[in-house]
Amino acid sequence: MYWQREYETMSREQIRKVQLERLQALVKRLYNEVPFYQQRFKEKGLLPGDIKTLEDIKHLPFTTKQDLRDTYPFGMFAVPMEDVVRLHGSSGTTGKPVVVGYTKNDLRIWGNLIARSMVMAGVTKNDVVQNAYGYGLFTGGMGIHYGAETLGAAVVPMSGGNTAKQLMLMQDFGTTVLTCTPTYALYMAEEAHAGGVDWEKIKLKIGIFGAEPWSNEMRRQLEESWNITAVDIYGLSEVLGPGVACECRYKKGLHINEDHFIAEVIDPETGEPLPYGQRGELVFTSLTKEAFPVLRYRTRDISVLYADKCECGRTLIRMERVTGRTDDMLIIRGVNVFPSQVESVLLEFGETEPHYLLVVDKKGTMDDLEIWVEVSDRMFSDKVRGLEDLEKRLRARVLSVLGISAKIRLVEPKSIPRSEGKAKRIIDKRPK
Amino acid sequence: MKVQQISVFLENKTGRLARVTEVLGENNINIRALSIADTTDFGILRLIVDAPEKAMPVLRDAGFVVSSTEVLAVEVNDQPGALSKALRALDNTGINIEYLYAFVQKDPEKALVVFRVERLDEAIKVLQDKGINLMSSRQVYSL
Repeated sequence: MYWQREYETMSREQIRKVQLERLQALVKRLYNEVPFYQQRFKEKGLLPGDIKTLEDIKHLPFTTKQDLRDTYPFGMFAVPMEDVVRLHGSSGTTGKPVVVGYTKNDLRIWGNLIARSMVMAGVTKNDVVQNAYGYGLFTGGMGIHYGAETLGAAVVPMSGGNTAKQLMLMQDFGTTVLTCTPTYALYMAEEAHAGGVDWEKIKLKIGIFGAEPWSNEMRRQLEESWNITAVDIYGLSEVLGPGVACECRYKKGLHINEDHFIAEVIDPETGEPLPYGQRGELVFTSLTKEAFPVLRYRTRDISVLYADKCECGRTLIRMERVTGRTDDMLIIRGVNVFPSQVESVLLEFGETEPHYLLVVDKKGTMDDLEIWVEVSDRMFSDKVRGLEDLEKRLRARVLSVLGISAKIRLVEPKSIPRSEGKAKRIIDKRPK
Repeated sequence: MKVQQISVFLENKTGRLARVTEVLGENNINIRALSIADTTDFGILRLIVDAPEKAMPVLRDAGFVVSSTEVLAVEVNDQPGALSKALRALDNTGINIEYLYAFVQKDPEKALVVFRVERLDEAIKVLQDKGINLMSSRQVYSL
């Protein structure tokens, strides 16, 4: 099933043609309408006409989050405010948010891209979609909402929280699709299993989860506890909001909506583009957005692109689900390590909410990695052998997932410092 | 014949053992026996207390990881060779002892040894067949 088959199944040649035409038009628009970009082009001695092939994108300047902050609030807009019909903001925890704007046409395209994503996941207009993404400045709630309406499904605009009511309506309305963050879906599942829910009345089939990185192990937990198919949806407000990419039912990476975005993976250190199959930082260029277009936006999300054909029939390239952020990437003995990889190992060991800390230090000339893991009731045994065996199995699993050896240190619960309820994941003691 | 033992995970840092005993003291729970197994990084404190079902939640609330295991409290005469009789009996049946530790009781003629074994019910039978006295949980908790 497709929503816009002509775009979703184009040949690579066609898609590249569409991308080049749209990129050339975008560059012209940015040069003429956004002083920030004109300045950047001039610094690089570039003119819009210099973009002759898709590969020329590598000459174009990057856009960073800092650039968006510096132009707060509307400095990056490429249309007059009279054409802007919606404003959203990124969820910056510190300082001012990054503001993004949409024209009517932007909203129409966004709605279609979400509808495309939902159809990829198996949603039809007969479904009841309970949308538990937060409504507000955050793009998740309204983005999914209008996308589900575009598709023609019935949307229940629940927003986040109020779990008891979520569960009640889920039973009474016969909700078939749940959209929210994976952690909230897991929390709801725990509450539902704790009692008071008539499982005969739960009709859920599909979960579309996103807005935060999650692991395949977490997918397994979600699919089992709700008895659903769970797919990952990706997006960020600076580029669009949800709907930049989404998994199909084969769950082999997220199809990127390439007729509207060019995805690149670059080496976060050098900025050089990397070939398909190599892990690096995701960079997106929005091709069709009118109010708030971005050129080569550095997401800081780490992923890999795959161009081989998907069984679903879509020719859109796929990105591996985001496994980490460049912000928390550690380079240990030359290997890129992400805390999320450690988390996925601990999830495999049955921890639903693992607390851990990566402590990196220098021992002589060698980098030394210690992973502190808070012992839970589930892990604990009265036998020394039991705990030593656990350490050994964790060490072996970490070695195979991270590719480097680490010392596992079991620590008491709550001994890893937390700030605002969130645990700190890295202490890097190496001299800079 | 089975006695409940509580195990507590302790990191090897100062004050942790003191904290466990404080928590128990504040809740008026009396320790009957204890032993610590330790490695370079952590220790496991094993405790027999007079009110295990009360001790578990209060230790958890204080932030400790705890687990409960059933063990045997074997009474042996305070004389040379007495313990070996019990050990030999288990060995002959192929029952492994994970660990054991001794504790005092008020009767000067008897010693008490806590056995953590794998096949608990079988071990009870083997020891009783040899005429070895196992203390009941009630006896142990009220020592």
